Amino acid sequence: MISIKHVNKTFGMNQVLTDVTLEVPKSNVVAIIGPSGAGKSTLIRTINALEPIDNGEIVVDGISIHDKKVNINKARSEIGFVFQSFNLYPFLTALQNVTLAPINVKGLSKSAAEERGKELLTSLGLGDKFDAYPNRLSGGQQQRVAIARALAMDPQVMLFDEPTSALDPEMVTEVLDAIRKLAESGMTMVVVTHEMGFAKEICDEIIFMADGKVVEQATPAKFFTNPDSERAQNFLSKVLHH
Amino acid sequence: MGGYEYDFSVISQNMDIFIEGALKTLEISAIALLLAIPLGIIIGMGRISRNRFIRILSSAYVEVMRGVPLLVLLIWIFFVLGQFLKLGSYWASIIGLAVFTAAFIAEIVRSGIQGVPRGQMEAARSSGMTYWQAMRLIVLPQAFRRVLPPLASQFIMLIKDSSLISVIGATELTLNAKNLVATSMRSIEVWTFIGFVYFAMTFTLSMIIRAIEQKLLARENS
Repeated sequence: MISIKHVNKTFGMNQVLTDVTLEVPKSNVVAIIGPSGAGKSTLIRTINALEPIDNGEIVVDGISIHDKKVNINKARSEIGFVFQSFNLYPFLTALQNVTLAPINVKGLSKSAAEERGKELLTSLGLGDKFDAYPNRLSGGQQQRVAIARALAMDPQVMLFDEPTSALDPEMVTEVLDAIRKLAESGMTMVVVTHEMGFAKEICDEIIFMADGKVVEQATPAKFFTNPDSERAQNFLSKVLHH
Repeated sequence: MGGYEYDFSVISQNMDIFIEGALKTLEISAIALLLAIPLGIIIGMGRISRNRFIRILSSAYVEVMRGVPLLVLLIWIFFVLGQFLKLGSYWASIIGLAVFTAAFIAEIVRSGIQGVPRGQMEAARSSGMTYWQAMRLIVLPQAFRRVLPPLASQFIMLIKDSSLISVIGATELTLNAKNLVATSMRSIEVWTFIGFVYFAMTFTLSMIIRAIEQKLLARENS
């Protein structure tokens, strides 16, 4: 479903992605983990072309995302993206946040978009928050609205860029539960995360990145018990034993 | 030698002239504003365009209009441009005020757009919106809320600046006042009253914009 081939990217003199290649089959859930500065966020942002790449190719559902001839807006409407900082539209209610793109991009009628939006918000435990503005919602609620907003476009894949990193600890679970439910429904997903327990539990594959490279790619069982690379061993010893 | 003897009867006796002048001032300011707002938005967006040529053109516009006194601009538009385009003092005044004010609105719009967090545009684009859809539906509405206070100041400036168009003979409050001073010799009385009239107009505008601002704020905090 997602195919990343030999992607390179530099910011000025800084090589942030070096020859990154990876495949995400349909309905698979892949976690990207690694130390900060590894290029995880940059990589996930190249998948919907929020970041341009220098060379290589990224294909999502048969569409070469960075091809100049591709209608990127059409392609992006099939790719849900959830940000670390939610990025809800502060002047719109929760429901309006969710229905805006379906109405304006997909051309859904207001009533159809609202019906679907209410259904999604309700399924994410926000049935009583349709008319609330973002600044009246907790971080966990805001992130769930953001997930509903992405799902409202009926995407083929979902990308999560550190979805729980900006949350207070007691709100992490509600967001992870929402993502877990989505994984169980068979959604193809890529998740940049620091939640190791979560990655271990729901992911089909772990991508370990460091210094802009994919250092190791393994099943969670293998990666968390017996990683091959020294970088991964070091990293795990730091994040798992505290 | 006695001091100056005030006689404000000149005001009450000529109220019709003041009212006519004030209405003209409001009319000219309002039309100039209606032209300046879209022009200012376009130029303000041009200032942050991805196209270098558009960026340079917009910046040049802003710099020239900000750097030249309005008086000079008005005279030039009326006597030079006006000769070619057959502009009377009325339209020359409106065009002069509009192109001048647009430069300041452009800067306000630019800072307003740049003040909207990047993540807003990214979220909108991620959902498949085009750049212009994201601008129109997400960025500009938020920029608008941010720029209301500086825009209010600019609108007030426009009403006061419109007094300058009397130099090219456009009928409005200040020109009527000048004529009245010439015939009545009551300059202090007339100019003082004119000051009050301008203040009444600008203060009313201030209050209206403040009410809009508070209404927007109240809605988001509900």
